[in-house]
Amino acid sequence: MSDLSAFREEARTWVEANAPEFLRGKASDPNAWAAGGRKAPFIYPESRDWLLAAADRGFSVPTWPTEYGGAGLSRDEALVLHEEIGRLALPMPLTGFGYSMIGPTLLDHGTEAQRAEHLPKIARGEIRWCQGYSEPNAGSDLASLATSAVRDGDFYVINGQKIWTSGADQADWIFMLVRTNPDVKKQRGITFILVDMESPGVEVRPIRLISGASPFCETFFHNVRTPVHQVIGEVNSGWTVAKALLGHERTSIGGMGRGGARASLPGLARDYVGVDENGRIDDPAIRERVTQCEMDAMSYGLTIKRHGDGLEAGHKPGPESSMFKYYGTELNMRREELMLSIRGPQALGWEGEGFEPAELNQTRTWLRSRANSIEGGTSEIQLNIIAKRVLGLPD
Amino acid sequence: MASLVLTAPQEMLARTAAELVSKHGGVDRQRRLRDEGAELGYSPEVWAEMADLGWLGIPLSEEHGGLGMGMAETVLITEAMGRGLAPEPFVSAVVFAGGLLADAGSAEQRAAWLPPLIDGEKRLAPALLEAGSRYGLDRVETQARTNGDGWSLSGEKVQVVGGVGADGFLIAARTEYGDNGLTLFLVPAEANGLEVVAQGRVDSRNSAIVRLSAVHVAAGAVLGAVGGGLEPLGRAVDRATVAVCGEMLGLMTEAFERTIEYLKSRSQFGVLIGTFQALKHRAARMFVEIELSRSTVMAAARALDEGSDDAELQVSNAKARCSDALILVTNEALQMHGGIGMTDEHDIGLFMKRARALEFAFGDAAFHRQRFARLRGF
Repeated sequence: MSDLSAFREEARTWVEANAPEFLRGKASDPNAWAAGGRKAPFIYPESRDWLLAAADRGFSVPTWPTEYGGAGLSRDEALVLHEEIGRLALPMPLTGFGYSMIGPTLLDHGTEAQRAEHLPKIARGEIRWCQGYSEPNAGSDLASLATSAVRDGDFYVINGQKIWTSGADQADWIFMLVRTNPDVKKQRGITFILVDMESPGVEVRPIRLISGASPFCETFFHNVRTPVHQVIGEVNSGWTVAKALLGHERTSIGGMGRGGARASLPGLARDYVGVDENGRIDDPAIRERVTQCEMDAMSYGLTIKRHGDGLEAGHKPGPESSMFKYYGTELNMRREELMLSIRGPQALGWEGEGFEPAELNQTRTWLRSRANSIEGGTSEIQLNIIAKRVLGLPD
Repeated sequence: MASLVLTAPQEMLARTAAELVSKHGGVDRQRRLRDEGAELGYSPEVWAEMADLGWLGIPLSEEHGGLGMGMAETVLITEAMGRGLAPEPFVSAVVFAGGLLADAGSAEQRAAWLPPLIDGEKRLAPALLEAGSRYGLDRVETQARTNGDGWSLSGEKVQVVGGVGADGFLIAARTEYGDNGLTLFLVPAEANGLEVVAQGRVDSRNSAIVRLSAVHVAAGAVLGAVGGGLEPLGRAVDRATVAVCGEMLGLMTEAFERTIEYLKSRSQFGVLIGTFQALKHRAARMFVEIELSRSTVMAAARALDEGSDDAELQVSNAKARCSDALILVTNEALQMHGGIGMTDEHDIGLFMKRARALEFAFGDAAFHRQRFARLRGF
């Protein structure tokens, strides 16, 4: 405990000294988030300064070992660092799939050479990653994917199409699942492989969504060549690696249910709905929904803490990431729905005058949130996984 | 907040508690006591064994002769009791009455009552509810008037858990003193004018009506300050609420596991009914609700032990969550068992009936959501 308070002091001093003034209070402004990369679209130049300062100290990827650009922090220390960053409502210095997904996967399954090649570039925000999992005919039934990789000397030659590739138009590298053996049970013929998006034959087309944004793309592969040493794990054992990575993804998506630095629901309700003579939200139905949402978020946060405490105490991680993905996303969506109810007609803004920027943003985040229970395995798939792997119910 | 993982001694305590409950017959014992119409509604020999293990003093400090453990340990015992529907009045007599006496009692009252309570020789029952109380601790009609150098109590308490066979009662009554007049009295069962009548509840547990007709007690019967009963009462209720949450957690876990086993063994249409996705998804949702409930109970117990600022918030969060989850799980358990679940011969009905009593103990989900909102100021 005393160690932690010493670290908190250190983290606080560091944040105070290094966080750009301009970014303070901008935690929930997506324009302030930095995912890095060669195309690095820093909308605010301060985001770049913040990322580089963090990278110099290992705080862009705080729990990674120092030899790969991290600070080697324990989970508790990293939480303290996040709290200190959150205290000034700062954005995290680095976001994105490199940090949250392929990095942890390489730490678990990569060779020393693969880690040394890729991890430091993620830590410094030099390379941005995207994920090539889903295909037009392989959504919930991901293992039926058909994009093929055929060996040719020291290379694999890839042909096929991926879809819902988040940020493919911004990314420098892709981690993807390819079929290397079509003649065995579908899960047994899949390989996890890394591909440079600048390779000849890669084509990216953004998909316009109901929110008006294009965070996802279709990604086409025509005879794309990638070296054999970019295979992670064994050839044809990609499904094992993929499941581990989906665990990281589910935990990362599920983390959104915790609330964190976002607008306070009770505060929003007071502003839009008004308060009665006792200072309570002046609509009993809205008040009840706000209360339920706050209690659910508290219970969910405690469950994440309990799970983390269990890992710290040496418990093995199990299929509970499905629980976090399911509950966290459903909670976040309920919260978005509630924020619409709270704002009422002021939640209908699309663009232009008559709406506050936060209201315009609300419309988009609500629409975006509808994907939460679909991406990373639908809620129904998560419930199937819990029923099968946790409860042992028969197929 | 402390780690939400059991320590090795806590794991051992949980195992011992589970063994004690199953050694004496588990759920069958509750059924037998009900069928026999046992006057006490529980087994004196199990109570004595709990005393031998030191559990009747588990939440009391060593200074008071207890084991000096906290709510984090207490909920492990109630969880085991909930799993096996053990009907001993542990929450009412030990957590509530013992805890309240240790908290607010005078040195004299503690010396007279705590040692025999811990040894299992005597038992106290808190008499809180009245017919019109619902969940308001200050909704008390029972009157206490000064009478010579003592007090005269009149009123009627209902659903006094553990009231049958109790040696004394902790009674909340209204006086003309203090902000709300609420004052606590420690009244021996043999007091003149005090009548105890067994009250039949759906869970077949020990429950009583306590009628007070001008019961005279000495000035020394006041527990804590005259007119200052509400605060210690609130603290005792919070501790008892978390202990009840432990019991709810055990009960829902057991009812859920029995239901999952049923889904794995019952066939219809030539297949196990556990293969049906309509049931699988509902089972998975219950699993998630139970996991969330467990986190809230562990957190609330530790918040009380640590004296955290948010302890009351954690208590209400746990009670609301456990109440909703418990009703979901026991109702679904019956539905998934189908017709057999409706029979008295099957145990699911016993779980369902006890669940209802736990739901309404110290406030249901709606009550605790309101309390949470009030504490948070919205």
